[in-house]
Amino acid sequence: MKNKKRDSIPAALEAVQDGDTVFFGGFGTGGVPIALIKGLTDKKLSGLTIVSNNAGAGHNTIATLLQSGAVKKVICTFPYSRGSVIFNDLYHSGKIELELVPQGTLAERMRAGGSGLGGFLTPTGLGTEIAEGKPHIDVDGKTYVLEKALRADIALIKAHNVDLRGNLTYRLAARNFNPVMAMAAEYTIAQVSAEVPLGEIDPESVHTPGVYVDTYVIDKGEYDE
Amino acid sequence: MKNIPLPIDRLLSRDSIAKRLAVDLQPDWVVNLGIGMPTLTTKYVKAEQDIVFHSENGIIGMGPPPPAESQDDDLRDAGKNFCTLIPGAALVHHADSFSLARGGRLDCAILGAFQVAANGDLANWRLPGDPTGNIGGAMDIATGAKEVFAMMTHVNKNGEPKLTEKLTYPATALSCVTRVFTDMAVISVTDDGYLLEETAPGISAEEVQFHTDAKLKVAANLRDIAA
Repeated sequence: MKNKKRDSIPAALEAVQDGDTVFFGGFGTGGVPIALIKGLTDKKLSGLTIVSNNAGAGHNTIATLLQSGAVKKVICTFPYSRGSVIFNDLYHSGKIELELVPQGTLAERMRAGGSGLGGFLTPTGLGTEIAEGKPHIDVDGKTYVLEKALRADIALIKAHNVDLRGNLTYRLAARNFNPVMAMAAEYTIAQVSAEVPLGEIDPESVHTPGVYVDTYVIDKGEYDE
Repeated sequence: MKNIPLPIDRLLSRDSIAKRLAVDLQPDWVVNLGIGMPTLTTKYVKAEQDIVFHSENGIIGMGPPPPAESQDDDLRDAGKNFCTLIPGAALVHHADSFSLARGGRLDCAILGAFQVAANGDLANWRLPGDPTGNIGGAMDIATGAKEVFAMMTHVNKNGEPKLTEKLTYPATALSCVTRVFTDMAVISVTDDGYLLEETAPGISAEEVQFHTDAKLKVAANLRDIAA
């Protein structure tokens, strides 16, 4: 069996390189791979494109990564949160690009990307700025916007339990973007709360099968605030 | 037309708007709440309505906020506030959560609005002059929900009407709003434009019309919003 386990956050992040497109799982406080994002910041890479629901708030984990200058582009749904001053400053001074995507479209672009599809047809965004310049296609009398699949070089995700094959479960609403991000990346790195013996996760209850997980690391809390 | 000042002393509170709106939620509906004012609705929904609240981050069957000692960082709503699960709740990932919204399973979405047009077009993601805006789940949810209830103040901070003939702000979704609940009135969006059905106690149809930038038809049975 392939050894997917790494003993430290830096070791787990070995595959990430300058210029990579990187997914960050999470929504609000749930399912955000904080230790991995902090470890990524410590790597001092450059030219990253990051894909996340938000663009960081205050001086939190994502905001600190942006401030470090490692990121050239953010793809997200909701760039302004209360106190998202770092993103604001970088965006308004032209130091960072933004691609704004509706949340359901972002998740579906990932599902398509992880499913061998080139894209999908959605009614979302019809008649709005989001659909401008994108092909419109009629199917059975209804008009849809063509949205392209989205893949990344790396997914950084957070899960609850993992086993030796990399099978994952998530807690409560910490699931959010993590499963589709794991599917749509060339290389998926999971930060997990606990490792359980092989066979302990009921096969009927696996949320993300280990085939989507390349590396996992147990969060020992050393990156906590 | 003579100037009619905004009847500030008779405007409904945010809670009163929520209380009125909650009455329109039909039993067993699956309902999505936008962030901000729409979340107040949960306070006024009765147990017998058995509403299933959907939260875009994968919660089907969201319950009220928990007491401080049982707050859980893995259980928050779309506005990042702590929430709970009702008995029989289900959790899904983000793509499935939005499949639910676009796929016709949302009976109603209650959304805030910067502007609503007389044909039901909704604007709530970017103000003119804001270079980026925030979309979040609003476009998918407004597009997919069978009913979209706009919940908002009748005029903006500058006193300008938010109900207009056509949008002047960037659209979130076209022809989606079915009913508007404001601090002055309850107004339906019909094939024939706005229909004023209820006014806040002490506010006249003439006052509502003055603060609306589109023609209001007045319902034959125009009545006060029940307090």
